[in-house]
Formats: sequence, structure tokens, C-alpha cells
Amino acid sequence: MEIKTLIYILLTGIFVNNYVLQKFLGICPFLGVSKKFDQASGMGIAVTFVMLCATAVTWPIQTYVLDAMGLGYLQTIVFILVIAALVQFVEIVLKKFIPALHQSLGVYLPLITTNCAVLGVAINNITDGFNFVESMFSSLGVGLGFLLAMVLFAGVRSRIENCPSPKAIQGLPVTLIAASIVSLAFFGFAGVIENMLGI
Amino acid sequence: MPIIIAIAVLLVIAIVCAVLLTLSSIFFAVKEDARAIAVRDCLPGANCGACGFSGCDGYAKALSEGKTDNPSLCVPGGDGVAAEIGEIMGLAAGDVVEQVAYVACNGSCLPSERKYVYDGIKTCVAANMSYSGDRDCTFACLGYGDCLKVCPRDAICINTEKGIAEIDPRKCIGCGLCAKTCPNHIIHLINDTSRVVVKCSSHDKGAQVRKVCSNGCIGCMKCEKNCPEGAIKVENNLATIDYSKCTGCGKCHEVCPVKCIHLGNFICGAHFE
Repeated sequence: MEIKTLIYILLTGIFVNNYVLQKFLGICPFLGVSKKFDQASGMGIAVTFVMLCATAVTWPIQTYVLDAMGLGYLQTIVFILVIAALVQFVEIVLKKFIPALHQSLGVYLPLITTNCAVLGVAINNITDGFNFVESMFSSLGVGLGFLLAMVLFAGVRSRIENCPSPKAIQGLPVTLIAASIVSLAFFGFAGVIENMLGI
Repeated sequence: MPIIIAIAVLLVIAIVCAVLLTLSSIFFAVKEDARAIAVRDCLPGANCGACGFSGCDGYAKALSEGKTDNPSLCVPGGDGVAAEIGEIMGLAAGDVVEQVAYVACNGSCLPSERKYVYDGIKTCVAANMSYSGDRDCTFACLGYGDCLKVCPRDAICINTEKGIAEIDPRKCIGCGLCAKTCPNHIIHLINDTSRVVVKCSSHDKGAQVRKVCSNGCIGCMKCEKNCPEGAIKVENNLATIDYSKCTGCGKCHEVCPVKCIHLGNFICGAHFE
């Protein structure tokens, strides 16, 4: 049952509760960095990585510091503070030990510092009442969902750029329309995971 | 009282973060060669790759690590940058041969007479794949602007009248990205001291060129016969200039019956006609 729950959380994060396409968090990088496939995948991987790190730090802080002292209302400000510091820390460490990874993720890391999808997953893990392992799986799922959305949308955008669209909706408007259609497509996943796992 | 606890907790977390970041920036500091940073600062930052390294950072790193000892590889930077780099690195700066790109096509094939209506993806690579493009001349510039997309300095624009790409020599930094991108290989780099170019790439026989283009090289050999330096040769039905011999006298331009040899002056930044 335990493993089934974890798989359920993971798949739900990827498909059903896709943060970009269903909860509309992290739209900024979704529209900004999805022009090219390699940039989109780089951003997606960086976000997944930061989400995992952020959850690994914020969950213990919420449970053992804030809740223990009855300071739950400080959640948002503390999480922003911790995530911002964490991203800086990760950047320094990556630069020192894995320069190749730093070079490929380097541009995206500062952008993610206060990304609302990262903050959103940290806060939602708490409000959903997940334990630590469940939180980590939820972050992984949400991160992979973000990556999936970015990569899919990069493909959609390259198709749009090669087709002449009417002048009135060229550029951002046609991108937003395409995003809404991709988002609608993801509504098709509702209920699929529950039936698949028999929950 | 609760507010003091809240502030204290926040303060403690903030201080822990600050200490952690400070310590990590001390212990995990990456030593960057000061010379590499100095070299990077004086490079133009176009990241064009004309030096043969992966962008300006790559060139600066290669210089500081001794992978290359030639400070004159930056074509866009020219002599000024080479001298600065030479000073930082203590190397003798050679003369940078500044280059400029030109499109070897006049775009004079009659616009009404396209081979077929091309309705595919609007890139030269794709258009070139179907019967060498929609133009009658298979050597012509297709005008879908693949070169324009890679140009780091916006030096290229599409002449909508002729449907060909045109390069502004005043903006061109000679990085050669367009020449590498062009699927027809009709963009060439020349030293910016050159004054004469053949703006045609057609290797077709004269009669065939005449049929499709009013300004194409027909290989009549007039330029070859009239060149006092023997610098121009008709090879494979196309006049080609040997720039090591060319003095820029302009005789070939005068005698060319189809006006495909152009005269200009890159140093003054003047357009080709």
C-alpha cells in the first residue's frame, strides 16, 4: 500500500496536478524559456533539482521548527528565505565540484530562486499533510511534470513558429492560445491514475 | 511576546543561511585566472566562434591555460582587441585580418518565373531540399533568411524586391556564421581591404544562365583577358578572383557584360552599389 501511495503521488504530480498546466504556477519560465527544446529541458531539469532540494530542507524546517514553536504563519517568508539561500548554495557547490553541470544549469538557477512553482510545491506538501518521503516523491513528480510541460510546449512552439499565424495573434497571443489548448489536453488525465492503481 | 519569538526565529534562520553561504563561498571558491577574466572583458562578446573556440569565454580560457598563444584570433575585435589581449598575456599581437561577408548572388532571376510555388517551412535549408529551391537558378539565394537568424549583429536583411539576403558591411564583423549556415554555400568571407567581388555563384553554362538571370556570370572570359594582374580566372563557368593578386583596379568591373562583378570599398563602409 505504501509503494502504491508513492506511485500515486508521483504520477498525480506529473499528469493530473501538473503545476504549469493545471495549477498555473511557474508560467513565467514556461512562456519565457520554452522557445527551444534544449533550453526548455535544461530549465525543467534545473527546476526538478531545486524542487527536490527545497523540499528536503523546507519540510524539516516546517515540522521541527515552525510547527514545534507554533509559528506556522511564518511559512511563506521562511520558505522564500530558505529556498533563495539554498539555490545560491547549490550554485556555489555545483561551480566547485561539477563545473559541467553548473555550465548547463548555471543560467537557470538564479531564475528559479523565487519561482512560484518551487515555493508552491514546498507549501502544498505541507498543506496536503505528506510525510517526508511522500513530500520528496510529490516534488519529484511535480518537477517531472514541469519538465514534461516545458518539453511538450517547446515542441508545440517550434511548430507554431514554422506556420504563419494571422497578424493579429502573432507572438505572445498565439503562444497563450496554444498553452491553453495544451492545458485542456491535460484535463484528460483526470481520474486516470486513480482507476489505474485502483485507489 | 509571540512577535519577539517570531522575529528571533526568523533572524536565527536568516543568520544560519548567511553564515552557510559565506562559509561555502570561502571554502568552495573557484579560483579563476585573473588574466582569463581580463581577456574576457576586452573581447567583444559576440560569441560567434570565429576564433575556433566555443565563444568568448572559451577563447579567454584557452589563452589563459596556454592552449593557444595567438592573441590575434578574434576577427570581430580586430587589431585593437588583439593588442589589448597581447598586453594582458604578454604576447606579441599579430595583424588581425578583418573580414567581411558578402552574398554571391545578384538576385536578378526574374521573380515571376519561379519553378514552383514553395509552400513548406520558411527556411532555406528546407526549401533547398526540394529541387534546390523554388528559384529558376539553382545557385541563387533563396531569401528565406537562415543567415539572418544566425547573424549576431543584425547585419543581414532580406531585400524584398529581389528576394535575396543583403549584408551591411558596416555592421558585419566577419564571424562567418552566415557562410556556414547558408545551404547553397553562396556567402563568402573576404578581407575587408578587397574592393572587387563576383556576385554570382552559378556554375551553369552561359546559355542556361542567360535564360534565368540578367546579371549572372556567363563565363565569357572577358574579365580574365582584361585583368592586368592575372588575378581573375573563369573556372567551371564562373569568374573567381584570386585576392592575393587582385589590386582592385576595377578593369573586370568595367568590361563585364552582365555586370555581375561589383566594385566597392569596405574600408569606407560603403555599400556595394
